[in-house]
Amino acid sequence: MPSAATKLYADDVSLLVVLLDTNPFFWSTSTLPFSKFLSHVLSFLNSILLLNQINQIVVIATGCNSCDYIYDSSLSTNPGIEKGKLPALCSELLKKLEDFVTRDEQLNKQQSQSLPPTTTSSLLSGSLSMALCYIQRVFRSGPLQPHPRILCVQGSSDGPEQYVAIMNSIFSAQRSMVPIDSCYIGSNNSAFLQQASYITGGVYQKPQQLDGLFQYLSTVFATDLHSRTFLQLPKSVGVDFRASCFCHKKTIDMGYICSVCLSIFCKHHKKCSTCGSVFGQAQSDVASASNLKRKTPET
Amino acid sequence: MNNGNGRRLNGETEEDDDDEGSEGDLDAWERTYADERSWESLQEDESGLLRPVDNKTLYHAQYRRRIRSLSSQATTSRIQKGLIRYLYIVVDLSRAAAEMDYRPSRMAVVAKHVEAFIREFFDQNPLSQLGLVTIKDGIAHCLTDLGGSPESHVKALMGKLECSGESSLQNALDLVHGYLNQIPSYGHREVLILYSALSTCDPGDILETIQKCKKSKMRCSVIGLSAEIFICKHLCQETGGSYSVAMDESHFKELILEHAPPPPAIAEFAIANLIKMGFPQRAAESSIAICSCHKEAKVGGGYTCPRCKARVCELPTECRICGLTLISSPHLARSYHHLFPIVPFDEVSSSVLNDPRNRLPRSCFGCQQSLPNPGNKPSLRVACPKCKQHFCLDCDIYIHESLHNCPGCESFRHSKSPIATEE
Repeated sequence: MPSAATKLYADDVSLLVVLLDTNPFFWSTSTLPFSKFLSHVLSFLNSILLLNQINQIVVIATGCNSCDYIYDSSLSTNPGIEKGKLPALCSELLKKLEDFVTRDEQLNKQQSQSLPPTTTSSLLSGSLSMALCYIQRVFRSGPLQPHPRILCVQGSSDGPEQYVAIMNSIFSAQRSMVPIDSCYIGSNNSAFLQQASYITGGVYQKPQQLDGLFQYLSTVFATDLHSRTFLQLPKSVGVDFRASCFCHKKTIDMGYICSVCLSIFCKHHKKCSTCGSVFGQAQSDVASASNLKRKTPET
Repeated sequence: MNNGNGRRLNGETEEDDDDEGSEGDLDAWERTYADERSWESLQEDESGLLRPVDNKTLYHAQYRRRIRSLSSQATTSRIQKGLIRYLYIVVDLSRAAAEMDYRPSRMAVVAKHVEAFIREFFDQNPLSQLGLVTIKDGIAHCLTDLGGSPESHVKALMGKLECSGESSLQNALDLVHGYLNQIPSYGHREVLILYSALSTCDPGDILETIQKCKKSKMRCSVIGLSAEIFICKHLCQETGGSYSVAMDESHFKELILEHAPPPPAIAEFAIANLIKMGFPQRAAESSIAICSCHKEAKVGGGYTCPRCKARVCELPTECRICGLTLISSPHLARSYHHLFPIVPFDEVSSSVLNDPRNRLPRSCFGCQQSLPNPGNKPSLRVACPKCKQHFCLDCDIYIHESLHNCPGCESFRHSKSPIATEE
């Protein structure tokens, strides 16, 4: 498994994978209209390409019901010259994005027929997984590789059902040394993205003024990994790594962990509600010789 | 030599004459290739022609792993894994470890891969602990106590790499038994012995020691570096471990890394229990405190034990003052993929590939790499049985070994609520 990059281009060549949140549930409530948001992001993407001619951009849309690649700068032909109209980046990206949003909406309709929409979160776990697969392909591709990083531009709130999948992606990114930057434009902080950026060594930023989104993006997230060592980027304000118990969803300082399935409880139970193991009882029944010999029985 | 001179004038190859004397103890033909052993990776095709190895070996290893996970899933639908492990690695540093059949020596190869194993072990088992024991001159020494920090183990091992004397299996087992008998009952006790010698020089009856290990539920596994030995096989059979003998360096690496993922839990081996653990918060960046692990004053960046308020530097650990296990929630999350394993992907059969009625995806769902056309090569794509998306082989390996998520299943909402939407 090619974990770390073996040979790199010059320090400042980057591969930026941008995960765009296109969740309609969020954008209908946001103060920043989606069209304005897109113009900020498009200018940002253009400026990344301008910084270095071999910089590469991949854009993945994170929808409510699906995820898909919507732009890959390595595939696009000759940017800029297209009948004097919009540059290729914009037209190609916007077209694919439109297709994607319609498809996503259809999926949503299909689903709302069968059951009422319960979740309004985006499928961040899916787009993260795709981004990591793409980055692995770049690692495999040849001797010269750009520095990859992931930027999540996310607005909708966390979907608790994605916790395990998102954590898996985070650890995989950490292993292959891919930082996950996050720009969170929703109202509250996103615990998932805070953890993702903290664990992988990326930057987490929640812009105060959404009108100036481009400035946030270009000053914080446009810098390549090498230049970051010379900059004063926003520091992570304490990430809360305390766990919440499975029984009451309370955040706890101290708790009990099931030794079989690692479920977290705030009180001592007789039986694990997740895996069904019975606690304590077995210890007295099978009090074997080794049990009696033990010097320090743990409680 | 005239010839050599002429060649040099032409500015062509000159590798023959250059490195004389630098590696004087090796014969000429051993010099350049000694480290790579490139001849071992050559393969013959059907007509006997040599061809360099492509990714076929990789593919094969992956295939094997897939088969194994399949078989383990067939036995029980819900696998219980021994997630809290207490493992001792026993490194044989007897005379036999100086043998040079592995390059540069068995000992160096073992040390190199043990280092990789230790890192992988803590990556996969963040709540587990590991210790090192060496056998030298017929005596077993404890190199490091059970602990959770990979760096200290690696450092201790690298500092003690010299070998002499006989090897003694019994002494090693006795020593480890003494340590492992003290650990709490919910932990899985394991011993991994890396055995170079072909004999064991014991002070007493080793069969008794094996029975003792069996009684205290230690799972003993052995990886041999020379040949299969009866007593090792017997030990592994009795205690439920696995015994394997490495053929070469890459095989050894594969064998040792097989011990990194948690083994399936055997019900009577460890007793389910609730373990009290603390989730300390990170102290503010500017606060100064004396940490209890290094006994030094440090500025910021520590964690405070919720029970006794002692400061520790790193997680996971055990509080030095009150003995509470201190972890953070990502450590728990790191182990969840063992409990919710991702289903193995199915190979797309050639009949499906060659059927013109099927409109197959032209690129891998994960990385967008174009998949080879059907007809050119035998089936070289896999599909997730749940979401039916197609993936390339590289993504298949990455998804199953590192990511532990199926990008296809994760990026469609309907696959997540199977109760309501399944037809």
